[in-house]
Amino acid sequence: MSVLSAFRDSSRARVILEQIRRRDTGPVCIMEFCGGHTVAIFRSGLRSVMPEHVRMLSGPGCPVCVTSNADLDRAVALAKTPGVILATYGDMLRVPGSQESLMQVKARGFDVEVVYSTLDALSLAEARPDREIVFFGIGFETTAPAAAAAVLQARTRGLRNFSLCSVMKLTIPGAKALLGAGDVHVDAVIGPGHVASIIGSDAWRFLPEDYGIPVAISGFETLDLLMATDALLRMIEEKSPDLVNAYSRIVRPEGNRKAWGMVEQVFDTRDTSWRGFGVLPDSGLALRESFSEFDADIRFNISIEESAEHPACRCGEVLRGVVTPLDCNVFGTSCTPESPLGPCMVSSEGSCAAYYHYQRVSTAVHPGD
Amino acid sequence: MCLAVPAKVLELRDNQMALVDLNGTQREISLMVLDGEAAVGDFVLIHVGYAIEVIDEEEAQRTLQLFEEIEAFENRTGNPPGTAS
Ligand code: SF4
Repeated sequence: MSVLSAFRDSSRARVILEQIRRRDTGPVCIMEFCGGHTVAIFRSGLRSVMPEHVRMLSGPGCPVCVTSNADLDRAVALAKTPGVILATYGDMLRVPGSQESLMQVKARGFDVEVVYSTLDALSLAEARPDREIVFFGIGFETTAPAAAAAVLQARTRGLRNFSLCSVMKLTIPGAKALLGAGDVHVDAVIGPGHVASIIGSDAWRFLPEDYGIPVAISGFETLDLLMATDALLRMIEEKSPDLVNAYSRIVRPEGNRKAWGMVEQVFDTRDTSWRGFGVLPDSGLALRESFSEFDADIRFNISIEESAEHPACRCGEVLRGVVTPLDCNVFGTSCTPESPLGPCMVSSEGSCAAYYHYQRVSTAVHPGD
Repeated sequence: MCLAVPAKVLELRDNQMALVDLNGTQREISLMVLDGEAAVGDFVLIHVGYAIEVIDEEEAQRTLQLFEEIEAFENRTGNPPGTAS
């Protein structure tokens, strides 16, 4: 593991940080489009050691956070449907819906199971033929192959009591919506490493080509992020926006063709609603008609009342990069990770949670310490 | 959510499954979405129970070499690591 653990060696960080500090770019704003990066940037203390003219901003990179309240309410309604066991990833449990969270529904005696993997949901379906197992599937391109694989396995194994409620989304329409809205000026983008491992680094070429914005695909260790940031600043300095793959030990230009092929076999794109952005065309993944027997939306005719977000919550604007969590009046007072009012405070990758946990303790890679 | 972690393949099993060592814990994961083959001893990247990539150790080494070049350059130009320029 020595080669891989070398990426965690923060003593190496100082050297590249010096190089970053010498880059002559003028004020720049670098945005990351991945919740994993949000956390890694805070945890490594990168924000606090960047030169003053380099501003780091988070975009809509947390799938839990961009899930709309209407979709959350649908999950809650599914969990309350007689005979159903709702299975989902742990991240979703505490997110407040319009009335209640899945956690509250579970506490009231309905069956909500946290699973680590869709594999566990399939095992549950096999173990409980008397019940309907509905998997509430959130996530971006990284997570979609696991959902596709589950549906394909359910068909092979003849599982008739397994279905999927898909609220999965595609990152590129989200990124385009943010840039198109024009609320924030973005000079460079840290590209999502694990999304790119599936769809390929080339999928992000539209940033330099159509928007003139440099992009560096990055891993999640401190050295990866420093390397990506330095590549971005260099491209700004040289005024030559391009794509740099700074995570080549994982990401290939074409991505994981097999995984994405399975996603395309099982899912089609559809218009879907994002928190903070509204409905974005072709930004969601829905089961194809040929897999409709696994589609929970068809199997259970769920209708929900009008959904509502907490009136004080500014998650939508936080996700668009228009405000930071510190601009929210209830940040850290009535909204905390223990009693969150919005998803950005619940999810470990949400900006509000990251600010709450790391804001004042981020000094890990301070040079010269 | 998109977090994925490296793990070492310990054993290949039936139905495209494998036993891996994930930071000292043994876990069974699926190789179903992996493009290409994983062999015992390889490091794979695991996301929600599925291996999504085999980690390319040569590429990892190449990236580290880049750091070393930067470091050597810094030392040559009289900016030892850690000093402000
Ligand atoms: S601090 Fe809480 S209420 Fe405010 S935007 Fe974040 S999650 Fe919403």
